[in-house]
Amino acid sequence: MTSPAPVTEALETPRPDPAAVPALSIDGVSHAYGPRRALMDVSFKVQAASFTALLGLNGAGKSTLFSLVTRLFGIQSGRVSIFGHDIGKSSGEALRLLGVVFQPRTVDLDLSLTQNLLYHAALHGIGRREATARSVELLGRIGLSDRAGSKVRDLSGGQMRRLEIARALLHRPRLLLLDEPTVGLDVKARADIISHVRQLVTEQGIGVLWATHLFDEIMPGDDLVVLHQGKVLAQGPMSRVVTEAGAQDVNTAFMRLTGAQTMPGGGA
Amino acid sequence: MSSITTREAPRGFSAAEYMTCLTGIVWREGLRFLHQRERFVSALVRPLVWLFIFAAGFRQVLGISIIPPYETYILYEVYIAPGLMAMIQLFNGMQSSLSMVYDREMGNMRTLLVSPLPRGFLLFCKLLAGTAVSLLQVYAFLLIAWFWDITPPPSGYLTVLPALILSGLMLGSLGMLISSGIKQLENFAGVMNFVIFPMFFASSALYPLWRVQEGSPYLYYLCEANPFTHAVELIRFALYGQINWISLAVVAACTIVFMIGAIWAYDPSRGLARRGPAGGEG
Repeated sequence: MTSPAPVTEALETPRPDPAAVPALSIDGVSHAYGPRRALMDVSFKVQAASFTALLGLNGAGKSTLFSLVTRLFGIQSGRVSIFGHDIGKSSGEALRLLGVVFQPRTVDLDLSLTQNLLYHAALHGIGRREATARSVELLGRIGLSDRAGSKVRDLSGGQMRRLEIARALLHRPRLLLLDEPTVGLDVKARADIISHVRQLVTEQGIGVLWATHLFDEIMPGDDLVVLHQGKVLAQGPMSRVVTEAGAQDVNTAFMRLTGAQTMPGGGA
Repeated sequence: MSSITTREAPRGFSAAEYMTCLTGIVWREGLRFLHQRERFVSALVRPLVWLFIFAAGFRQVLGISIIPPYETYILYEVYIAPGLMAMIQLFNGMQSSLSMVYDREMGNMRTLLVSPLPRGFLLFCKLLAGTAVSLLQVYAFLLIAWFWDITPPPSGYLTVLPALILSGLMLGSLGMLISSGIKQLENFAGVMNFVIFPMFFASSALYPLWRVQEGSPYLYYLCEANPFTHAVELIRFALYGQINWISLAVVAACTIVFMIGAIWAYDPSRGLARRGPAGGEG
């Protein structure tokens, strides 16, 4: 069931130095809602086959950034590209390679799991037969095969999230964006989702950008981008960010970088 | 259909992919509609109340002379049937635009807009899907009306179809254009008062315009300028196998203008921007 998806094959196809092209590249992006500036000169990269955590409190600008990368909002200044495809100029090619799990639930509660997946496949121009085959495979992978025909409304929060991740993978993207995907889930569901996504990175070489405000979701080997009040305060491998902040762990490093007073209940 | 979709070389989109996307959006809209039985029932009850109660009461008050496309004296019920068909589409157009506002808030619109196909095409599909739903409602209405002695020629059921598609698209685009300007869900009540009712009453849906002209020339000009009047007349003539060229031209032109306007105005960030500093989506 867990046979490698064609994504891996695509990665192995010899291409002019594919490793040099980052999965996601954000260069000098600023965004304002009227007078309120949500993002200021944000730049960072997500490499293929890497797990990058975007750490920031609520209101840091994470969702705005996601809206820009997914073409939901127009880019006001700066540049966003996915595997070298500019999201403004060749959005079709860029979006083809992108899978997203938004923070609010975006599944149709009244439709069945399969119907939700088929709808998404159609939006990517994937024909019915191919879409059905992929749905069956993905539902198997997330352990929801027996629920394929049930309404999404009857699923638990964790199951819905797993469905959304499966949906995001249906068109076989090479970059996956997740906006606080574990919010509101219990401990087990959280652990399941985190390990599933990390598996995608190691087994299928997908580049992952994982937005969160939960420190315990970040592991030492991850890349880290600290976003605070619309600005990138630090970025790099997690261990380096922590050391450079002169801290012992991410929690302390984050508080040093942002100023402890901003931590809700941080108690520092 | 190729199963290999992850090649990097820019290749645009094939016609088959566009068609898959279009049918997928229409299919999903249809499924959603079937799950909302209340919406279907209320969409039918509204025109039927007009037909069974209002028209029956008015039958004696308002005499209809022989005007095209009718060739004989007709009952008032027969006269207002095309107006009620257009009314179904008017409400549906506004309602599906409401659902787009609602979707935008619920995040479902995001699923649609993350599709790699051009945004204008996606929104066009959404409008067409809304129109398809309105067709189901209109034909269900026609079926019931048939038992109420509203019996256009059998071929009329077919010839009215293109007219209904065009008028459905026009009213859907108008709804979308308006919905782009609505900040919150509650404001839809305002759309009822300021758009739906004036459009419906200042039109030829309920009374022939020559009657209006006798009463008030100004109102007559207003009705003539109302695109909804032309949607009604386009449907009325098509139902009897005829084409009202002026109405066709007006409806086609309005469809193009409204649709371009709606697609241009549909910018999710603009809604957020207008909400200002308080619009706290981090």
